[in-house]
Amino acid sequence: MKLRTLTLGLLSASVFAFAAHAESITIATVNNGDMVRMQKLTDDFTKANPDITLNWVTLEENVLRERVTTDIATKGGQYDVMTIGTYEVPIWAKQNWLLPLDKLGDDYDVKDIIPAIAGGLSVDGKLYAAPFYGESSFVMYRKDLIEKAGLTMPDAPTWDFIKEAAEKMTDRANGVNGVCLRGKAGWGENMAFLTAMSNSFGARWFDENWKPQFDQPEWKNTLQFYVDLMKAAGPEGASSNGFNENLALFQQGKCGMWIDATVAASFVSDPKNSTVADKVGYALAPDNGLGKRGNWLWAWSLAIPAGTQKGDAAQKFVSWATSKHYAELVASKEGWANVPPGTRSSLYANAEYQKAAPFAKMTLDSINAADPTHPTVKPVPYVGVQFVAIPEFQGLGTTVGQLFSAALAGQSSVDDALKQAQDAATAAMTEGGYIK
Amino acid sequence: MATQQTRSLARFMLAPSVVLLFVWMVVPLALTIWFSFQQYNPLNPIRDGFVWFSNYSLFYSNPAFLQSILNTLVLVGSVLLITVIGGIMLALLIDQPMWGQGIVRILVISPFFVMPPVAALVWKNMIMHPQYGVFADIARFFGAQPIDWFGQHPMLAIIIIVAWQWLPFATLILLTALQSLDGEQKEAAEMDGAGFVSRFIYLTLPHMSRAITVVILIQTIFLLSVYAEILVTTNGGPGYASTNLPFLVYQKALLEFKIGQASAGGVIAVILANIVAFFAMRAVGKNLDK
Amino acid sequence: MARAVTTQHKVIATAAAWIVALLIFFPILYTIITSFKSEQEAIQGFNLIPSGTFESYTEVQAQSGYFKFFLNSVILAVGSTILALIVAVPAAWSMAFSPGKWTKDILMWMLSTKMMPAVAVLFPIYLIFRDLGLLDSRIGLMIMLMLINLPIVIWMLYTYFREIPGEILEAARMDGATLWGEIVYVLTPMAVPGIASTMLLNIILAWNEAFWTIRLTTTEAAPLTAFISSFSSPQGLFWAKLSAASTLAIAPILIMGWFSQKQLVRGLTFGAVK
Repeated sequence: MKLRTLTLGLLSASVFAFAAHAESITIATVNNGDMVRMQKLTDDFTKANPDITLNWVTLEENVLRERVTTDIATKGGQYDVMTIGTYEVPIWAKQNWLLPLDKLGDDYDVKDIIPAIAGGLSVDGKLYAAPFYGESSFVMYRKDLIEKAGLTMPDAPTWDFIKEAAEKMTDRANGVNGVCLRGKAGWGENMAFLTAMSNSFGARWFDENWKPQFDQPEWKNTLQFYVDLMKAAGPEGASSNGFNENLALFQQGKCGMWIDATVAASFVSDPKNSTVADKVGYALAPDNGLGKRGNWLWAWSLAIPAGTQKGDAAQKFVSWATSKHYAELVASKEGWANVPPGTRSSLYANAEYQKAAPFAKMTLDSINAADPTHPTVKPVPYVGVQFVAIPEFQGLGTTVGQLFSAALAGQSSVDDALKQAQDAATAAMTEGGYIK
Repeated sequence: MATQQTRSLARFMLAPSVVLLFVWMVVPLALTIWFSFQQYNPLNPIRDGFVWFSNYSLFYSNPAFLQSILNTLVLVGSVLLITVIGGIMLALLIDQPMWGQGIVRILVISPFFVMPPVAALVWKNMIMHPQYGVFADIARFFGAQPIDWFGQHPMLAIIIIVAWQWLPFATLILLTALQSLDGEQKEAAEMDGAGFVSRFIYLTLPHMSRAITVVILIQTIFLLSVYAEILVTTNGGPGYASTNLPFLVYQKALLEFKIGQASAGGVIAVILANIVAFFAMRAVGKNLDK
Repeated sequence: MARAVTTQHKVIATAAAWIVALLIFFPILYTIITSFKSEQEAIQGFNLIPSGTFESYTEVQAQSGYFKFFLNSVILAVGSTILALIVAVPAAWSMAFSPGKWTKDILMWMLSTKMMPAVAVLFPIYLIFRDLGLLDSRIGLMIMLMLINLPIVIWMLYTYFREIPGEILEAARMDGATLWGEIVYVLTPMAVPGIASTMLLNIILAWNEAFWTIRLTTTEAAPLTAFISSFSSPQGLFWAKLSAASTLAIAPILIMGWFSQKQLVRGLTFGAVK
């Protein structure tokens, strides 16, 4: 009891000390490298805004999503700034859960935000979240290994080429797998990759009447191709590999190719952590000649819940963290290669950035190649490239992800997985009232 | 007189915890039952309202439902089996005269102090990881293909992790029971020429029976609600291979935000838990009378 | 002859016990070892000798200051334990020394409250905590942890108290001791070991509780379970950092457990010894 009284005393004392002038805002963020770097650089912000103190809550992606969604749905009011993605923004904005960002400051230059990204974060022309970093996906490959295999990677490869290259590069005796792809179940893990991939195979989640399409040949082709490719040229235990696991594998030289987020480029080309830093080449995500490539579009963004009492301070912070000034700050402290990518056109026009980041052009091209409003070959009733922007998708995407992960692990056949996915999707759409 | 006074005082002393627990049990349970009859989805609130039993039928018709019940029982059953048998063997071993008994005991009970998410993370990344795990290193040393634990044997992997966490608990209780066994009785049995096996069956095991029921009872309660280990390692997959009931409820509540269905699942889980615990409770209840 | 057999027996028992004990302890040991490796070393395959770098610890500390989480863990574990004992000691006492017709049923019922899956009640609880202003407050979480562990605490105390022989009470009464005197001078000294071990077990359970402590906190009240959650799968290589964070999260309770294991064992018997 003494201890409690003591802490209470300390607490109230500290409240008194600060209450006079400081406003403290609580920021929920994901434990990605760029976010962690931002925490280290906040002195720059607090120096310019001595009346604002920052509290950080850094959580692993899934826990973060759970926490912020619970909080915003119950109006718990625990956070003043939330890190969310392009999936949540349109759904939450429609619920009026987010504050429109209209006080970002005069020198913020909203028009500089890459249009594809800004489009994904706006509803009815109003910006509801500011992108901290944006990404598409592309092929990262080992120049030395592809040369050894006697092949040349084109700037825009096809899936058939990827398959051929993967098989030729595989050298399991020496621990080299031709290709590393996501297999870990989750709507943001294997389903991000597979949904984007299926777009290039001409598949779609739903037809115009929200009827699930897993019983169509396009999905069968996608999943069969993926499972066969991974069986022939993928790493051991691929069904538990997500972004992180594959990143570690690639950095250790265990993958010939890796098709994943463009932000990974700065990690695999960083000589401090990557053993293959000087041997990495980049190419656009593969296609099948149907007019769509298998790349996605995502932006980790900062949004402000509508219920916060500290909206102005929160906007000041959001403006700082996503500004051109912040990019320059990172560049001056840690070099241009570490600037959060994929949000501002000006960054890609910057000669210094282009020099420091050999993947800059390919990243921008990939981002521009993704079109969330027309993601598929055939028409669909939804937006989102690697997701379907409806609230039901988190659950459904993860269920389907588990089924496909089981197919990858060999625990079920491709046909069974697709049939179960079709049933699960039909049930979810019926329950959600999409199918009447 | 004294008894009268003691009685009323006893009731007075009992009251706070009974009231607290009653509130703690009744308020959430009532809310859960209430929500289980509601369509309540904070992400898509347009369709919210009273829906009778449709949450229950939706939860029941979930293709993962039957599998998750089975997995729950398999998990509880296997871990109980491993920890009780392993605990008895370990207790017998540690009870032998040896050098460094204290340190051995410290090492054996250590896993009990590790928080579940850390235990799961350590096993996932350091021990069972198919590329960097110790098991993979051992497999490669013998020229074998490393096992993809979470892809190929997800339930087994989770059972191993959970059993590792609970083995110390079982060992400790059983060891204490063993050490209280009368030395004279043991010697007498030895004099009679009873071998190790018959001594174990006729003397040691009956002596430990109450300890074993206590282990089963306490562990069952905790094992029925295991879910952090699953969330960290397999996420219930591949497919539904390692989805248990609490994890299914978790998915409904915190991934899909179908609070109504999650509540229905919660009610079902409580019923299942009570059925499973009923037998354990009766057994221990009898022992308590002794 | 006899002595030779005993020595041989002892050698075999020692060897077997040590092998098993080291196997069981190995995951923890390997985590501690890995925490002193660099990230590159950590994934270079099996290696029991680290280079001894503190790099991971420095980075973990720089990323999310350990001390605040540690302090919260201590406050929550100790605070909730004290609260639980205040409620549980009188209850267990009365049930042990003047059992009524319903005592056994009350005990069973208390234990059955632990069977409600935590996830199912998260939303209702979150709403209640929000309305009471208890989100991210240490007091709220202490009460939560107290309630979660209360059944186990009452159970342990009950079984322990029951072992205190009733004759001593009667003797004291014969001597004209009042009820209060009976409690303070006769029973309390006998009950202290049981209370102590109950306290230890409850501290361990509260320290390791990882559902509510993450879901009901943000910054002010977040304990080490939340600390671990920010290291569980970041981008890039993280084996050494994860090991360092894990070591930091379990070290205090592990050390406490080691030093108090004898005490702990006495309470863990749940009266099962008889």
